[in-house]
Amino acid sequence: MTDFTIRVDQNKYLPAGSQEVHGIITAEASGPVQSSSVAEAAEVIIIDTSGSMSYGKINDARKAAQAAVDTLRDGVHFAVISGNHQAEVIFPGSGRLAPADFQSRQAAKEAIAGLRAEGGTAMGRWLRRAADLFSAHQADHPDAIRHAILLTDGKNEHEPAPEFDANLAYSAGKFVCDCRGVGTDWVVAEVRRIGSTLLGSVMDVRRPEELEADFRAMTEAAMGKTVADIALRVWTPRAATLNFVKQVSPTLEDLTGRRTDVDALTGDYPTGAWGGETREYHISVSVPAGNVGQEMRAALVKLVQPSTGEVMAGGNILAQWSDDPAQSTRINPRVAHYTGQQELASLIQEGLQARNDGDVETATARLGKARGIAEQAGNEETAKLLDKVIDIDPATGTARLKRVVDKADEIALDTRSVRTVRMRKDPES
Amino acid sequence: MVSGACPACGTRVLAGEAFCESCGHDLSSVPSVPAGPCTACGASAVGPDGYCENCGMLQPTGRDHVEIEAAYSAAVSDRGLRHSRNEDAMALLPGGQGAVVAVVCDGVSTSPRPDEASQAAADVAAAVIVKRLADGDDAQAATREAVRLAADAVAASAAPGEDSPACTYVSAIVHGRQVTIGWVGDSRAYWLGGQSALLTEDDATPGTHMLTAWLGADAGEVVPHVRTFTTDGPGAVLLCSDGLWNYYPEPEALAATALNDTPLVAARRLVRLAIEAGGHDNITVAIIPFGQGDRTDTTVAFPKERSD
Repeated sequence: MTDFTIRVDQNKYLPAGSQEVHGIITAEASGPVQSSSVAEAAEVIIIDTSGSMSYGKINDARKAAQAAVDTLRDGVHFAVISGNHQAEVIFPGSGRLAPADFQSRQAAKEAIAGLRAEGGTAMGRWLRRAADLFSAHQADHPDAIRHAILLTDGKNEHEPAPEFDANLAYSAGKFVCDCRGVGTDWVVAEVRRIGSTLLGSVMDVRRPEELEADFRAMTEAAMGKTVADIALRVWTPRAATLNFVKQVSPTLEDLTGRRTDVDALTGDYPTGAWGGETREYHISVSVPAGNVGQEMRAALVKLVQPSTGEVMAGGNILAQWSDDPAQSTRINPRVAHYTGQQELASLIQEGLQARNDGDVETATARLGKARGIAEQAGNEETAKLLDKVIDIDPATGTARLKRVVDKADEIALDTRSVRTVRMRKDPES
Repeated sequence: MVSGACPACGTRVLAGEAFCESCGHDLSSVPSVPAGPCTACGASAVGPDGYCENCGMLQPTGRDHVEIEAAYSAAVSDRGLRHSRNEDAMALLPGGQGAVVAVVCDGVSTSPRPDEASQAAADVAAAVIVKRLADGDDAQAATREAVRLAADAVAASAAPGEDSPACTYVSAIVHGRQVTIGWVGDSRAYWLGGQSALLTEDDATPGTHMLTAWLGADAGEVVPHVRTFTTDGPGAVLLCSDGLWNYYPEPEALAATALNDTPLVAARRLVRLAIEAGGHDNITVAIIPFGQGDRTDTTVAFPKERSD
């Protein structure tokens, strides 16, 4: 059984009259000690087979999909979808998921070897097809971890926006989807929307030949999940306003709009499947100001299994009003760190947007500031990527946009802007 | 009460016993989680951890604000504004034959569990005084015995590996026209009336709050100051922790505030004044009135110290 713990980092002391409370929730799951106690799992591999995938990319995509199939544990139910302007389940032929064994893997890999690149791109239809496969499977296997891998190389051009929206909404909650964009013709914002909605990661793959290792790693990670559909359950007092609930580590993900009401004061926020891992959440609540000396619970945060109501762990975010500035003006280092990480991501995304809009001044200001924060907070990878977009004069610190930027670097910077780093060391006390 | 340890002195006690055989602690007065509606929003939704499940407010513990009325006297204790808990404690008991016994103890904030130390000391001391008076001891002997056993109770509450819990002590026994005061530390007794006066001398380095005497395992042998006064005048004896006298040290000012009301109203007013003045510390005030008649019809000759 997976054990969960919750830790709360905050400064509960507020100056008199103050109302805004912040807390960082560190949620940790320790996986099963025995590797034999594995969870049921279902996996769908979705490969972009649109026309643009030809010229070698399709060949690497085939290899990657075959590597993923090879990485599946025996008994994991799986399927492979070929996606262009339509979605075709190329394995198995039954319309249901097939359990992985030697023969089914061979059959799947043969089907994958026959993939050809032609047609358009309609990712929403691919997702809907996968969602239907998972739904049918879930009827018999309610506790199975449901995971998909989606590979694309292009823009979602052959599906009207309303249809895409509907298909994405239809798929939400039915499975977790990790997304990969290969090459430089895909749109980060588009794929990020899929990853966010389906609670999965989004990464850029610069060279097609890197896909195979990446797919293997992704499938291994999926096989490491031990419990499906965990929710963050947040209670707030009647007169309070929940400002936001955000995942801040390992990546930024705003969950605020994903609430499912449990009762008038309590809501569930989906977090998907968990293996042995640590995630952090930033929660902000506005409460009615209390008297100096009074203490209030501003939020009660739990990890729950919504289907059973089982509570895995819980912790309090508190507020206590104080007239001692030494208490109330101190900012919790972890809250400060993740506030900085959120600012860094916004600066990068706004800076890149301004750059594409031709607003050099805004782009330079945003990206230059981002470079400073990245260095200070220890975002080494981000700092390196920023250096490919801007030059900083080491003497004056003045930032200047590079005239020529590799599109792949820009995509990498944008894609990875939501990846955060943990604090370099734990705060004292 | 099932068999277990006395909450005051740690001595083993048996189920059904009303008082601890060793220290006299009243075993029936087990502190309990406050029940009832939320003090902030009124919802009947206070969880077992003390937070209201409707508005979130942490409910005051039994000691955040306490009032006692007994034997025509009153005592009020309040957490104040700055401290997260009330580390002061008090006891107020009728002492038989018209006597009144009051005790105020102030837990030392820098010691571990000061709230438990002060409560144990106040409970034990008041119970011992009442018992000793009933057994025929005079007030001074009863006071000394009370301080000795209260000090033992505080010392016994020390856990291995931690500093000693510690608290101050002041008590008053009022019987007829006699007032016996005992103290250790900087909690005070005042006479309020004609010629209002401070009756105690702080065990503290002058001008500071550095205690030179206290109850606790690290205090060595505790020798209380004990004094008896007689009065024929109307007025009141006031016991208080430094949460009050930090703001209002002058006897005349205290008398002007306290003397024209019932003890409970007066004690509440003094506590409120200390809170309005900043409330930096816990505040405890006990008031035992004298001569409830017209103040003008009695001659005032007080204080007169009988002995030390």
